[in-house]
Amino acid sequence: MVTTVTSLGRSGLFDWMIQRISAWVMTAYLVFIVGYFFSNPNLNYAQWAELNSSLPMRMFSLITILSIAAHAWIGMWCVLTDYITVRLIGPKATAIRIFFQLGMIAISLLYVIWAIDILWGI
Amino acid sequence: MDKKRPVNLDIGTIRLPITSYVSILHRVSGVILFFALAIFLWMLEGSLASEQSFNELGAMLANPICQFIIWGSLAALAYHAIAGIRHLIMDFGVGEDSFYAGRNSAWAAVVLSVVAIALLTWWIL
Repeated sequence: MVTTVTSLGRSGLFDWMIQRISAWVMTAYLVFIVGYFFSNPNLNYAQWAELNSSLPMRMFSLITILSIAAHAWIGMWCVLTDYITVRLIGPKATAIRIFFQLGMIAISLLYVIWAIDILWGI
Repeated sequence: MDKKRPVNLDIGTIRLPITSYVSILHRVSGVILFFALAIFLWMLEGSLASEQSFNELGAMLANPICQFIIWGSLAALAYHAIAGIRHLIMDFGVGEDSFYAGRNSAWAAVVLSVVAIALLTWWIL
């Protein structure tokens, strides 16, 4: 029996919804950034820094990194609970899985803090 | 439930449809991206910290080893995004009514990913 104590939304339905909303946000960001690079092939620092220090872009980037962290949390949770199981790797699976889950959550949160530090440090 | 019932999940003995490969690759690329995000953030930091670090990053991107790592990370991103958009389209009830529709969209995701990764290779080189 797998409990949901380490999942982000605490239920499959919430996790599913968060996964979809974050996916749409990331798709929008990806389309924007690919379009931006495509229309600015000779991008210089001043232009790039100006874009990323503007408030709308900072908000867009912040919402995207929060989406990435939530999406990664849910996705990694699914992978860890599927493969690090007692049936597949033995009786220590639960302890090992909790260790990796907490590590994965810590890395996700660090990514968010790092991104905020980058974006507000321009 | 009888816990001693036999379980055969030895993937090597099961012939998997294309949808399974698309799904497994979606997971694999997702796990790769979890770690590749560190590379993306490191590049974002270098590109924004100062004009000097922006230029240093540009010089570093001429290095073939760096190019290969970034190519791999972006290829994982391209595949994961395309396979993910397939799911988002299915959320609207498009192409999820039969196995054949799922199989066709899985092939479409593979073909689009190959095209996207080819374009990516051309862009990096």
